[in-house]
Amino acid sequence: MKKLLTIAATLGLLSAASLAVQASPQEDLKEFRAYFAERFPDVPFKEYVNGVYAIDQASREQWEAIEEFPPYELNIDNGKQAFNTPFKNGKTYASCFRNDGISIKQDYPYYDTATGKVVTLEAAINECRSKNGEEPLKWEKGEIADISAYMSYTSRGNKINVIVPGDEGALAAYTRGKNHFYAKRGQLNMSCADCHQWNAGNRIRADLLSPALGQTTHFPVYRSKWGGLGTLHRRYGGCNKQVRAKPYKPQSDEYQALEYFHTYMGNGLAMNGPGARK
Amino acid sequence: MASIKIRAKLSGDVTTVKALIKHPMDTGLVKDKKTGKAIPAHFIQEVTCEHGSNKVLTAMWGGAVSKNPYLSFKFTGAKAGDTVRLSWVDNKGESDSAETQVS
Repeated sequence: MKKLLTIAATLGLLSAASLAVQASPQEDLKEFRAYFAERFPDVPFKEYVNGVYAIDQASREQWEAIEEFPPYELNIDNGKQAFNTPFKNGKTYASCFRNDGISIKQDYPYYDTATGKVVTLEAAINECRSKNGEEPLKWEKGEIADISAYMSYTSRGNKINVIVPGDEGALAAYTRGKNHFYAKRGQLNMSCADCHQWNAGNRIRADLLSPALGQTTHFPVYRSKWGGLGTLHRRYGGCNKQVRAKPYKPQSDEYQALEYFHTYMGNGLAMNGPGARK
Repeated sequence: MASIKIRAKLSGDVTTVKALIKHPMDTGLVKDKKTGKAIPAHFIQEVTCEHGSNKVLTAMWGGAVSKNPYLSFKFTGAKAGDTVRLSWVDNKGESDSAETQVS
């Protein structure tokens, strides 16, 4: 009898312990913000949307000079035109989105409890095309980036509002994204966190590492390195390649989960896409 | 005027002109991945800027200047409201120009 009680008590303790290890997204968020507040005590919270330009004056001046003639302007114009051009069946993108697709990017990505999938903005754009009998666009650059740029532009200033509902599937997706962020990968055996959290603000050869807090606010991004506009998943692939890991496909479940976690960590920050970066 | 974005700002006696020119600036050395043939050279050779009857800048460029070149320079002697005109000519003989008012 006593032995049975001891076993039951131990089992009870074990299950309670394993539950406690699973921190909630809200707790993760608090910890994340606290980490960066401590690492960069002079940077006000809302400035994180500017990445390295919030922590380095010299690069900020160069960036401000570039922003005088924003390199993504043409992309916004192309995106606006593409967005307003009707499909062959007469419908437009506006019919697929809330508020006609204007000023809504702060809701993305969201977890669709009906389908059990994370929905990113680019995925929603192509979903809209498929629903209306059009071919899907390529994921990383070109027209989809332009449309995303236009939709980001109309959402400028809106605070990120990614929701992780109490749903088991949503939490699992969030956790997959979180695990990707903290997992070591590639020949160089580095995680996203290695560069963008533990070493944010340090130099990597000639570049400065940007903080992961609010890192998604300015996407899609015109990168001087690309000489053009690219989506978030394009950058994820690039980052994986840089640590010599095989990149996942854009809009794969892996990157969608990562985007879910990554954007959630930027909740409360004002969107400033599309952006210009080195 | 469709290829040039230009701004001119006056501070004291000095006018700073900043311009972004949309141009491929092909060197003629890059091969097209699909055809294997070199993309022919197409770059701006001369850039001039006029203020009234004065030519305040003449720039001789070559293939080494990057795509969509950004230009910034200063000159003195202009007043607010004066017109500044920037023009370019490339190796194919194409040209464009744009004007702006000094603010």
